[in-house]
Amino acid sequence: MARIIVITSGKGGVGKTTTAAALSMGLAQRGKRTVVIDFDVGLRNLDLIMGCERRVVYDFINVINGEANLNQALIRDKRCDSLYVLPASQTRDKDALTREGVERVLNDLGDNYDFIVCDSPAGIEHGAYMAMYFADDAIVVTNPEVSSVRDSDRMLGILSSRSKRAEESMEPIREYLLLTRYDPMRVANGEMLSVDDVQEILSLKLLGVVPESKAVLNASNAGIPVILDRESDAGQAYGDMVSRYLGDDVPHRFLHPEKKGLLSRIFKG
Amino acid sequence: MGLLDYFVSSRPKTTAGNASVAKERLQILVAHDRVARDKPSYLPQLQQEILAVIRKYVEVDMDAVSVTYEQEESHEVLELNIILPESAAARGV
Repeated sequence: MARIIVITSGKGGVGKTTTAAALSMGLAQRGKRTVVIDFDVGLRNLDLIMGCERRVVYDFINVINGEANLNQALIRDKRCDSLYVLPASQTRDKDALTREGVERVLNDLGDNYDFIVCDSPAGIEHGAYMAMYFADDAIVVTNPEVSSVRDSDRMLGILSSRSKRAEESMEPIREYLLLTRYDPMRVANGEMLSVDDVQEILSLKLLGVVPESKAVLNASNAGIPVILDRESDAGQAYGDMVSRYLGDDVPHRFLHPEKKGLLSRIFKG
Repeated sequence: MGLLDYFVSSRPKTTAGNASVAKERLQILVAHDRVARDKPSYLPQLQQEILAVIRKYVEVDMDAVSVTYEQEESHEVLELNIILPESAAARGV
């Protein structure tokens, strides 16, 4: 049975889809059979970030409604054989995402995959509930910024009370913190909440810290998950995150500003 | 410019304590949110129904019933506070 991971946050624009793309690609590259599902019905974007937008024929809602079968809707990634994308519908209403329908699709996928990554929409409405309801693990994507931290805390409350695991008094969802858009220089200057500050408030297991990076926009421009950009700091940080998720003990990087030499400091190298 | 920056920015800025302000505000806010979140979801309906029962016998205001819920370490306290109008006792209902 596949392990279901929800990428959630409450707040929009913090990096959920970037993270879902990076995590699913990272898992698949390590040989795990992985499918990533876009739950943002009406505002589908995962296909763009994954670079498969022109290959979408059928979507998640089509499968739920029985208008297409899973094999017709799943898009195999061209870079990695064990990765599939299930896109959201761009035209349907989000109420088409029924709990029974979602459960059926997840069960059907469960036999053939190791991991199912659910990319949650922002907010705490129906789509976000459906994305997290069946989850085994949750990665809470948070920016070091007050509204994002607050919304993450709210989302943690929902995970621990409104999920299937909570409602059926099963072992609770494993919750992880992923801090994104981290600017070590601003943290050092006391302008930005530090990892420790956020950890102190949310008290979650830290899965990774992804620095603010130009590579993220470059990657989304090109439709290439940023984890494939191994030269970049963000790509490496996501790589570490995947290793940690799979149980490796990898030290955290990119927490402190790069030490510049005296000369480059003077000449603003 | 670069040379000047080196001497200025290498000292910790004393004026920048923005992150600590953010952290303090968040700690208060999150604590407050968590208290509200832990309340059982049936409280508003409970309040409505208790009020309806009371209003069958006594004419009380809609806001005359307050329900508070507190969670302590080993037990929960559900407190009902009903303000009866002064004339109710006199009318003997």
